[in-house]
Amino acid sequence: MSLYRKSLAELAAGLHTKQFSSVEVTQHFLDRIAKHDKTLNSFVSITAEQALAQAKQADAQLAKGSMAALTGVPLAQKDIFCTQGVKTSCGSKMLDNFIAPYDATVVSKCKQAGLVMLGKLNMDEFAMGSSNETSYYGPVKNPWDTTRVPGGSSGGSAAAVAARLTPAATGTDTGGSIRQPAALCNLTGLKPTYGLVSRWGMIAFASSLDQAGPITQTAEDAALLLNTMVGFDDKDSTSLNRPTVNYTASLKDSLQGLRIGLPKEYFAAGLNSDVAKVIETAIAEYKKLGATITDISLPNSHLSVPAYYVIAPAECSSNLSRFDGVRFGYRCNDPKDLNDLYQRSRGEGFGAEVKRRIMIGTYALSAGYYDAYYLKAQKVRRLISDDFKRAFEKVDVIMGPTSPNTAFKLGEHSDDPITMYLCDIYTIAVNLAGLPGMSIPAGFAHNLPVGLQLVGNYFSEAKLLNIAHQYQQVTNWHTQMPKGFE
Amino acid sequence: MTLDADKVKKIAQLARLDIDASAIPGYATNLSNILQLVEQMNAVSTEQVEPMAHPLDATQRLREDVVTETNQRDQFQAIAPQVDAGLYLVPKVIE
Repeated sequence: MSLYRKSLAELAAGLHTKQFSSVEVTQHFLDRIAKHDKTLNSFVSITAEQALAQAKQADAQLAKGSMAALTGVPLAQKDIFCTQGVKTSCGSKMLDNFIAPYDATVVSKCKQAGLVMLGKLNMDEFAMGSSNETSYYGPVKNPWDTTRVPGGSSGGSAAAVAARLTPAATGTDTGGSIRQPAALCNLTGLKPTYGLVSRWGMIAFASSLDQAGPITQTAEDAALLLNTMVGFDDKDSTSLNRPTVNYTASLKDSLQGLRIGLPKEYFAAGLNSDVAKVIETAIAEYKKLGATITDISLPNSHLSVPAYYVIAPAECSSNLSRFDGVRFGYRCNDPKDLNDLYQRSRGEGFGAEVKRRIMIGTYALSAGYYDAYYLKAQKVRRLISDDFKRAFEKVDVIMGPTSPNTAFKLGEHSDDPITMYLCDIYTIAVNLAGLPGMSIPAGFAHNLPVGLQLVGNYFSEAKLLNIAHQYQQVTNWHTQMPKGFE
Repeated sequence: MTLDADKVKKIAQLARLDIDASAIPGYATNLSNILQLVEQMNAVSTEQVEPMAHPLDATQRLREDVVTETNQRDQFQAIAPQVDAGLYLVPKVIE
């Protein structure tokens, strides 16, 4: 089997048994990036030289027998994670010249684990978007149909893994930015419980919602990468100090007696009927694995998109105030005074969607409007979270579609922010509640991938991965690759 | 809430964003539509509901009041648009 067809787990096993070296694997993926990424535009930076140096180091460790589980395996980082000495653009002109003076915690954890970084992946500007069309570096194409979007904001991560230009990638998810692109590109994506993965060095969008996680081919790979990414971090004030869990340990557990809840709101009007059929077939597969199905209700879920578009922009307008043209990032030419420096650096450095969200947030937080918008949204957030609490008294996992539709055409929604926002209608509530969520390949509608969403209770990542892994033992959707990238 | 052009200009000024005059009407339409979407929240009563700031209602962690940061000024200033003698330069603020 060709190296690019191998999962993280298979690559790690091959490296451990010396079937191939890390330099060989790394060069193999660098060659694939060189060959295919002109079509996809999934990378912002390719770090070939550093990657090969890291691979050599990994090979030395492998030779000595002093390796960790993923030593020598390549991966690529979403360009939202700061990387010392390598440009971190966050998909924005504002940071086109930004070279971080330090590594994000996620990046240093990956380095310590011996993972080799192939490069930095394209994304929606500041992670604001569901199609990867807001990037300063141009849209990413979906390898399943290059006239369509890969989803977003982790669109580069999803496209690159789908085309096997990298065996796995990191992503971040504020409202669905790991799960929706994973769904649209036939991948496994996991957004952990809020606070499980450190946000330090991950450029902030909406701090109470942002969470990093893996985008991989399989649930087993997601478990391996999650083992590397999680952990308490002093440098992140919302990092949670939890006992260590080995996420691969329970993958093989039986699903006999698993209680699945199907929220009626996730199967209502707005869901594409062919996507619905694929989801129903996947649920039927779980029944065969011994699960029981319960109909549940999340009565406030229709309020999640409205509440999100107050909370996320409010936090974004505050977070993005740091980009002022003074200490780092873009500065306009010939500012005539300080205010001109601020206004033009920000006006020229940010794209339209980022400006929209900053303005919505600024308005929602302005004097006289705070109670009507931000406080109201925080109360609605409580209602949404309470819906999930009640549901998890009756069921172990909630299932439904990740996205109401399959990948749409490039440009189809780019002039209509509201339609774009509604792409995340099933994912956003999970971020508001801070729960872990996954998307796994469940089949195809019109030859385009469909993702099944799994939502678990707080800290149930191991259970979710087990549920996903068992499905992947009896189905082969996750092994299918887009044509033209062999 | 519908935002007119003047209101958009005011918000842009508060957010320190220079917006081209020709783009203002487009923003006014988009932002008004977003606010309409947001206002669907008003359909539900939240009088007795406690606002939720953190998913797990965690509070801010405290630490000992000791210096933890090392001086990295040179490294930080290496990526700044304009510096001189260890200072960040901006246009003249006081006449």
